[in-house]
Amino acid sequence: MKVLVPVKRVIDFNVAVRVKTDGSGVDLSNVKMSINPFDEIAVEEALRLKEAGKAEEVIAVSIGPKECTETIRTALAMGADRGILILCEHGLEPLTVAKVLKEVCAEESPGLVIMGKQAIDDDCNQTGQMLAALLDWPQGTFASKVELTEERITVTREVDGGLQTVDLKLPAIVTTDLRLNEPRYASLPNIMKARKKPIDEKTIADYGIDPMPRLKVLKVTEPPKRRAGMRVDSAATLVEKLREAGVI
Amino acid sequence: MTALVLAEHDNQKLSDVTAKTVTAALAVSSDVHVLIAGANCGELANEATKLAGAAKILVADDPRYAHGLAEPLAALILSLAAPYEAILAPATTHGKNILPRVAAKLDVPQISDIIAVETPDIFLRPIYAGNAIERIEAAGLKKIITVRPAAFKPVETNAGASIEAITPVSDPEISTFVSEELSHSDRPELTAARIVVSGGRGLGSKENFSLIESIADKLGAGVGASRAAVDAGFVPNEFQVGQTGKIVAPELYIAIGISGAIQHLAGMKDSKLVVAINKDENAPIFSIADFGLVGDLFEVLPELERALEQGGKPS
Repeated sequence: MKVLVPVKRVIDFNVAVRVKTDGSGVDLSNVKMSINPFDEIAVEEALRLKEAGKAEEVIAVSIGPKECTETIRTALAMGADRGILILCEHGLEPLTVAKVLKEVCAEESPGLVIMGKQAIDDDCNQTGQMLAALLDWPQGTFASKVELTEERITVTREVDGGLQTVDLKLPAIVTTDLRLNEPRYASLPNIMKARKKPIDEKTIADYGIDPMPRLKVLKVTEPPKRRAGMRVDSAATLVEKLREAGVI
Repeated sequence: MTALVLAEHDNQKLSDVTAKTVTAALAVSSDVHVLIAGANCGELANEATKLAGAAKILVADDPRYAHGLAEPLAALILSLAAPYEAILAPATTHGKNILPRVAAKLDVPQISDIIAVETPDIFLRPIYAGNAIERIEAAGLKKIITVRPAAFKPVETNAGASIEAITPVSDPEISTFVSEELSHSDRPELTAARIVVSGGRGLGSKENFSLIESIADKLGAGVGASRAAVDAGFVPNEFQVGQTGKIVAPELYIAIGISGAIQHLAGMKDSKLVVAINKDENAPIFSIADFGLVGDLFEVLPELERALEQGGKPS
């Protein structure tokens, strides 16, 4: 079975985000970019399935500018077998990404797609569910545990009330939550090896999909800033202040 | 024009996020219908008729909707979608699981996690863990929206809505429910609590986390945690407050032993009043706290508990 892992290039989770002064978006020039942390967890899970003998091949796919090659190389250095880069200069809406991934699934026929539950840039939390809908596949979102058998996958999901376990017919989509696993670090020899692994390059036009967004971003602004208030020197003073404020 | 709201419930009680989502829906459409899909959920329909502004309550009562699985529920919503100009669900794990499936099948982009409705076509939503706010326009599109409950007040209650039974649609039968482990607590629900007390890595162990619970109980508060505390196994995942956990905006948020990573701040910085207790005076949490107390929490918390017991009005 093949496992397909979509990986997104996003601003590194440690970088402080700056909104552009003209309100057109977030400043991405000269900032560190990395693989979306949830996608890194997805790569790790796919590799563990392969190492357990339950998957034959792990394919990392990324959609975006040429620089996404680095994101795919990160997945390859962790151990993915090959990559697919679909070039596109536009920022894409999740539905468009799902449409492209649907075409990739038609070409590659994976038994399982594992991807991050959300990207830490747009925080949409949509693409996996949308891909599942377009393919009429079942979905196991926000996964904290997966168990794969021949024809089915059992997914334990982190839900607001606790945990829910569902059983899905393959092929299926799994989206990862934080506690599914701890991704490995790529070793130096594996980083070197990854340079030789194949990355197939295509463009979004090859799939005949319109990349233009349909929602219009009018403006991006900074949220209202919270300021530091006062320091108190004891628990008793704190309680006094909270009583004065009428919150307790 | 009419909007459809997907209600959230446990088959026995409506979650308060439903009333908040109705508020957002009323800002989009003058007329709002509420869909309750569940099993043996008839009682809920009566409860829902009291949601002010809801004109009609649609009830799909069938075993296939018992556990809120995305595949049958999305199929049900799609069967009803045509006449509605907007379909809204709370941005909870339930709504986030189901609604994108509906949007994709309708071939419309989804607007996730809105925090304000400026006009029926223009919405605000946080991006980059709340470090930027996006103002987006969805003119000429059916609106498929998830709503951040913490950003909207619930609608009032009054009687008035009619009830209509909905025929279930066939389940695609590609997913089945296995089990669930849900936490049951007498404390207020984290996302609905007026006061939230959260603990972080600074607590050091699962046993020590009871210090947080004890303070929370003194205040009648909900209990939350940072990702670090959840990852360390001090508390289960449903306690996590943050970018990808729960988003809370209580009147009072008390962060104890939490340093304040941006991912945590994303989940609580809209709280009205923030208190931080941490032994590291340079912890980022202090930069957004209205009241900061630098100290060893193992010394501060017993003092805090004593101070809460003495004087003042009981909470």
